[in-house]
Amino acid sequence: MSRHEVLSPIPGVFYRRPDPASPEYAEPGQRIAADDTVGLVEVMKTFYPVQADVAGTLVGYVADGEVVVDAGQALLVIEVDA
Amino acid sequence: MKRLLVANRGEIAVRIIRAAKDLGIETVAVVSDADVDAAHARLAHSVVHIGPAPATKSYLVADALLAAARESGADAVHPGYGFLSERASFAAAVADAGLTFVGPEAAVIEQMGDKVRARQVAMAAGVATVPGTTDGVEDVAAAVTAAGEIGYPVMLKAAAGGGGRGIRVVASEAELTKAFPQASGEAASAFGDGRMYLERFVRSARHVEVQVLGDGTDAVHVFERECSLQRRRQKVVEEAPSPGIDEATRAGMTAAAVRLCREVGYRSAGTVEFLVDDATGEYFFIEMNTRIQVEHPVSEWISGIDLVAAQLRIAAGEPLSLRQEDVVARGHAIEFRICAEDPDKDFMPGPGRVERIELPGGPWVRTDTWLGPDSRVSPYYDSLVAKVIVWGDDRPTAIARSRRALDELVVQGVPTTTGLLLELLDQPWFGEARFDTGTLEEWLAERTAVAAGGAR
Repeated sequence: MSRHEVLSPIPGVFYRRPDPASPEYAEPGQRIAADDTVGLVEVMKTFYPVQADVAGTLVGYVADGEVVVDAGQALLVIEVDA
Repeated sequence: MKRLLVANRGEIAVRIIRAAKDLGIETVAVVSDADVDAAHARLAHSVVHIGPAPATKSYLVADALLAAARESGADAVHPGYGFLSERASFAAAVADAGLTFVGPEAAVIEQMGDKVRARQVAMAAGVATVPGTTDGVEDVAAAVTAAGEIGYPVMLKAAAGGGGRGIRVVASEAELTKAFPQASGEAASAFGDGRMYLERFVRSARHVEVQVLGDGTDAVHVFERECSLQRRRQKVVEEAPSPGIDEATRAGMTAAAVRLCREVGYRSAGTVEFLVDDATGEYFFIEMNTRIQVEHPVSEWISGIDLVAAQLRIAAGEPLSLRQEDVVARGHAIEFRICAEDPDKDFMPGPGRVERIELPGGPWVRTDTWLGPDSRVSPYYDSLVAKVIVWGDDRPTAIARSRRALDELVVQGVPTTTGLLLELLDQPWFGEARFDTGTLEEWLAERTAVAAGGAR
């Protein structure tokens, strides 16, 4: 098994939840499919969904929510299915 | 009016500060954490910090802005566009604090912000609205009757909806009978209200809007702007006068806008928006914007009127000094919105630091911007970084000068839409003004398809 870091595709503000009233996209230990949305990056009033791109189990978010992230910065870690 | 708090940022804050200075009014800028070194902060007489970078924690916090006004001793507040500019509760709070709000009264903002009430006001003023039902329709039978009167194709809209959600276009009674229960059911579950409006669907429409100035009693128009070139309902290029209407339409539309202003006792600068049916030449009121708009410079240039200064004078209590016959249009002006986006990557916004910038100059070229060397384009706000506005004796002259001006614009460090705008200038349909509200997106889709084909 290997660990996969999901990286931000663009610079912007990272969100772990779809809107302020909702829970986070995923919790540690949760099963993730490759096409699952696991975060949002907002840049200049445009929201870009972040996809897991690998199937596995969420280890945890590594970037805080509502903070500025750079393109290529790690957002979360997934334990990839063997 | 002695000291004005500018409750905004970016190019419009810069624009307002300049107009206020021209009138001898002191200016107070407000800044979030992201804007401490921004142009509006540098140009204002004083600066008040109002909170963290996200607009929801700074520029959109009415209490923070009112506190800034108190702290700085301002006696007036200009909201600019966007943010709190059309929030009636903010206008009311400013007035309640004993300050002058640069805009119409809260009640007028509220009235024109409610689409149904705005439509009723327009009808009372004898201004044509898109043919349709005035009240929500509850069942299929009533919808079929209404559609028969309106004429197909008709557009179905949720009475309680907004923002373009849940809109369906039907071309016949059979389609309507099928679509109505679905649309109404969706509206009921989304908004708790299944009533629907029916409106005539205008297939090829131009977006033309009239600039107005009112002092509460009298009102004048400052001609119209054509804003049909849009992407995702955001305007990209605007021009004045409209190349898509004739003199009779212009006269009728501008007179209608003035009647509407008188009907509501409009006091400030504002815009009355119309949809023009390209096939029939009919025009219909859609809504009124009770604020200064991004594209106001094109009207300023053909008329020679400083609209922001006029807005400030009206707010200060001066009656309109202009009579309609004083407002004379000359030549043709075009505005290009420069956004920090990459048109070749699906308009992905590109925040970052501006490494190098050269603004266009020369005769009849105006650039409204907040960008300078070392400016930081923040991910927190919208992507508009500059507006290039060009004037010419006639439309072909203005287009030729636009090429020159956009060619001169250099921005390095962040992507911009300048190259795309230059490409647009060379399209025959642009030169011939053959476009409607769908044209720009059709062209962009074709452009993307050609690029994908070429890459294979």
